[in-house]
Amino acid sequence: MASATSDQAPRTQRHLSRTADNGLKIVVVGGFGVGKTTLVRSVSEIRPLNTEETMTRAGEGVDELDRTSTKTATTVAFDFGRISVDDRTVLYLFGAPGQERFWFLWDRLFSGTLGAVVLVDTRRLADSWYAIDRLEHHGTPFVVARNDFGDASQHTDAQVREALDLPEHVPMITCDARDRESAKGVLIKLVQHLYALSTAARGSTHQ
Amino acid sequence: MSAGGTGSTGSTGGTASTSTGGTASTASTSTGRTPARAASRPGRDDSPDRLYTVTGGRSRTHSDAFDLVTLVVAESAPAPGMQSEHAAILRMCDYPVAVVEIAAELGLPVSITRILLADLLDTGRISARHPRAAPESAELPEPELLEQVLVGLRNL
Repeated sequence: MASATSDQAPRTQRHLSRTADNGLKIVVVGGFGVGKTTLVRSVSEIRPLNTEETMTRAGEGVDELDRTSTKTATTVAFDFGRISVDDRTVLYLFGAPGQERFWFLWDRLFSGTLGAVVLVDTRRLADSWYAIDRLEHHGTPFVVARNDFGDASQHTDAQVREALDLPEHVPMITCDARDRESAKGVLIKLVQHLYALSTAARGSTHQ
Repeated sequence: MSAGGTGSTGSTGGTASTSTGGTASTASTSTGRTPARAASRPGRDDSPDRLYTVTGGRSRTHSDAFDLVTLVVAESAPAPGMQSEHAAILRMCDYPVAVVEIAAELGLPVSITRILLADLLDTGRISARHPRAAPESAELPEPELLEQVLVGLRNL
């Protein structure tokens, strides 16, 4: 809490603890311009970095846009940030586009992820439909975060839930992705959700 | 599956390899014909030829072992004559660094970075600390681990 005064992640890249040995992944997914990178930046201990992955896949019946060749190369760029949880555990946050054409990459890139944050703009809820559908299909736990940019939204949670066709068991939270405490709250909401699922799956011996 | 685009440019890749190697070694003499970028580190704007050169034309090895968040630690110092990307990785990994950070730092796609890391792992120059969160993607992490993460997040 001593560092709560800094509203921006340090520009210089701090190195990890020498004992760090367990990397964790959380994915932030959403449409373009919804604030994925902003959210990552708000909580990351490094300035968000960007990298890309290029992959090919066999073209049979998977891509109607490409009938001329048997293979399709797709490049997806993604931002990421980092949070050192303790001396051994490091949490990586990935911001990635939720559009349909990227999802076959997700399966590979983000397998083993703890869970996902679906960041939504209430003015463009349809941008999130596909991502939510795929996360449910994959059984990846997720929460929905409404990025209201500090403005009170004219939509109630119930309205947004209905528009997203969001099941009752999926937590929803309102946030301002620019605000560190608010962005932190989104991640805490997700991990609390994961914790509840994990304890329930293990016969709730933990409380 | 093979890495994107490299196969189709393989025929010209050999030529690029030769000229890049030659200019890089004489870059300091600033002869007019040295391309400025030959001495710079590889970037994402580089042509497929450049990526072909970096990996020696290989597309995929057992590099799948490297997760995005596998933490890499150098086990030796860079040796003279080592490929520059390999040396850069060793310098960077004095402390643990995730695969995805190495890729971003090198300015190379993750798939290419994985191949370079597999080289270094094979020769014992790095060690890899793989994530332990969930062996199967469908499996939820232990509550104890999640509790640690919660504590860490609250203390941010």
